[in-house]
Amino acid sequence: MVKVVLWGSLKQAAEGQTEVELDAKNVRDVLDRLRERYPGLAPQLDRGVSVSIDGVMFRDAWFAPIKPDSEVYILPRLAGG
Amino acid sequence: MPDQGVLAIKRDFKLVGTRPLRPDGIDKVTGRARFGADMSAPGMLHALILRSPHAHARIKSIDTSRAEKLPGVKAIVTRDDFTVPKRPDLADICTNVMARDKALYDGHAVAAVAAVSKSVAREALKRIKVDYQVLPHVTDVDKAMSPRAPILHKKMRTEGVEPKPSKASNVAQRHEFGHGDVDKGFAEADIVIERSFKTEATHQGYIEPHACLASAGADGQADLWCCTQGHFMVRNVCANLLGMEVSRLRVTASEIGGGFGGKTTVFIEPVALALSRKAGRPVKLVMSRNEVFRATGPTSSSSTDVKIGIKRNGRITAAKAELRYQGGAFPGSPVQFGAMTAFACYDLENVQTIGYDVVANRPKQAAYRAPGAPMAAFAIESVIDELAKKVGMDPLEFRLLNAARQGTKSSYGPTFGPIGLEATLKESKRHPHHLAPLGPNQGRGVACGFWFNFGGETCVSLNISEDGTVCLSVGNPDIGGSRASMTMMAAEELGIPYEKVRTIIADTAVLGYNEVTDGSRVTFAVGMATIKAARAAITKLCERAAKIWDIPAEAVEWESGYAKPAGANAGNFKPLSLAEIAAAAASTGGPIAGHTEANADGAGVSFATHMVDVEVDPETGKVTVLRYTVFQDAGKAVHPAYVEGQFQGGAAQGVGWAINEEYIYGEDGRLQNAGFLDYRIPVASDLPMIDTVILEIPNPGHPYGVRGVGETSIVPPLAAIANAVSAAAGVRLTHLPMSPPRVLKAMMENGHGA
Repeated sequence: MVKVVLWGSLKQAAEGQTEVELDAKNVRDVLDRLRERYPGLAPQLDRGVSVSIDGVMFRDAWFAPIKPDSEVYILPRLAGG
Repeated sequence: MPDQGVLAIKRDFKLVGTRPLRPDGIDKVTGRARFGADMSAPGMLHALILRSPHAHARIKSIDTSRAEKLPGVKAIVTRDDFTVPKRPDLADICTNVMARDKALYDGHAVAAVAAVSKSVAREALKRIKVDYQVLPHVTDVDKAMSPRAPILHKKMRTEGVEPKPSKASNVAQRHEFGHGDVDKGFAEADIVIERSFKTEATHQGYIEPHACLASAGADGQADLWCCTQGHFMVRNVCANLLGMEVSRLRVTASEIGGGFGGKTTVFIEPVALALSRKAGRPVKLVMSRNEVFRATGPTSSSSTDVKIGIKRNGRITAAKAELRYQGGAFPGSPVQFGAMTAFACYDLENVQTIGYDVVANRPKQAAYRAPGAPMAAFAIESVIDELAKKVGMDPLEFRLLNAARQGTKSSYGPTFGPIGLEATLKESKRHPHHLAPLGPNQGRGVACGFWFNFGGETCVSLNISEDGTVCLSVGNPDIGGSRASMTMMAAEELGIPYEKVRTIIADTAVLGYNEVTDGSRVTFAVGMATIKAARAAITKLCERAAKIWDIPAEAVEWESGYAKPAGANAGNFKPLSLAEIAAAAASTGGPIAGHTEANADGAGVSFATHMVDVEVDPETGKVTVLRYTVFQDAGKAVHPAYVEGQFQGGAAQGVGWAINEEYIYGEDGRLQNAGFLDYRIPVASDLPMIDTVILEIPNPGHPYGVRGVGETSIVPPLAAIANAVSAAAGVRLTHLPMSPPRVLKAMMENGHGA
């Protein structure tokens, strides 16, 4: 199981949770499990998110590996100028 | 050049870190370079756009019949020529490109005409009759959030709040970040400062207005030449808006006269394509400066409340901010990035930021270098400055005491890896600028800034020609020297001179998808792809040499541009140069090339500290910037002159944002200063020489340690200048820009004016 931290705005759609335990070995697993468990997150997940794994930010990387002790954050999809 | 240098890291580079001439220099100084408006085609029509004169109005009807009858008019498009896509982001772009039931801001496109000449098109615009029902409007962010404000979108419900609202609002979304317990932290504080700040909307101010040439054929295929930061994005968005198959639209990027984030979306391109499709002829569409101001994306205006508590020893116990950004008539202001970056420079046990994304009757904002971060830094760094003064600490010392370091849990969540904030602070502390004396009415300010940087989808192709020269095709318009840095990295890897490599920006039919030139991604991501493509080509060069020598490929190694036997056992062969192997390519297996297709991750975050001296005229309130020094971590500066240019450019734009630039709206909701005469960007005489110090704390995610540098440099200036002006004026300035009337008023109210 991996501890995944959601940014505060997702709390409402995730039944009041900002930290969830998920069975995931990579980014795709995390996103799939979140979608299954909290259907209310779908609009935000469809808009896109960033996933920070041990301090490194990933935007579209389904297969980026996640270890059980990895630090995982779901954050807004980064954009830049 | 004073006080400039590259510190620390040692790597064995031949080219990287040097300053060769820019490959586009001669084209640009001789006028040979082709920008967006330089494109033309046989039979080309000229297009103009009719824009709403109202800030908010229902469009009851549009009658184009009289315009259609005008000789020379070949096509007219309105909302009826576009189908709104289902995807919300594309639906907003479509509605921004051409208004539908309502005009949402002064300058919103309502109709467009293509005609045989501009004068005919201009006359046709006059003949289009639009029946408007004028509605109440709102342009100020705080007023737009009021329950009594005119509502822009009746279906908009604020996301991210509990309980889910049942009533429409101009607040699109609430964001929240942070950790710990801020109430507990404030209870532990000896000193707490709370302040509110405002910044006005500013435009990126690129010198080249948007321009394009569209040519759509009867067979459903189309070509588009345009000035953009990302032609693959333009292709995908336009194809979606026009119901085309993506690969039937080929987009070529022109040279680009500045973007700074403002050219990361589309405005006129789908309109030109729709007109061309209707007219059956190529259509050229070029914006005037007035249109650029009224109808492209400036940055958000903002309103922010900050509260920070500290112990008497200067250590922060809690930090909190509420940020409110209006992003124009559609959701998507960069407030979440403001909320994420606000306290990213600090190691905090208790921190909370809340951001509100607000819509108002202004043009849809577009990205502007480190979108959302400069306004947040202005508010936070102003309070930090005040707290440092309150406890009698040097502002750099105060920041060092509280600085984020490797292992710090960032204010937006993730734990930082190796970062360079502390290095920039220490370097600025021992810099001569910090020790220089100040005169009367002068003040010094410092501020820190942070930006994420990212990588993204990238595809490059490196082809070796028969004479040993190399053509590198990349898919990102060169807005900050990427052709030079890509050329350097390719030449570095291949071991050949810089002059032997030519880097071009290929069109969308040639390469796989390349994300927009944004997020300070290009030197990092395209650089990484270039290095990999060069290494792939080297593998093939070694294989060819192995064939020529009739030895296994593993027995060949590449060194300084030559294939060599890898040790005595491999055999005794004279090394073969890249040119020699290339000359024999036809006989050894055909062309030699290297390609990379990747989604580059691992971009390293970036920090900067800025130091600025100003003088305030006590009689007029005019601010003069006397001295400016930028300290920033570049990871590895590939071409230091360009890195310095990025640092200086960010500081220069920050000077404009801090002191002069401002979207000014009248009571009628119309923009009052849509031109460079009344919207004043800094000119050379407004700026001192901006000194730069490049720090190099390698990014472990890049083969050379590169970090993006293009955006971080605009994060600290607003705050650094505000801190300097506040010191010189003897009063805290909390509203940007610090134009003479605003500074004078603050000084008079505080009894400091002349």
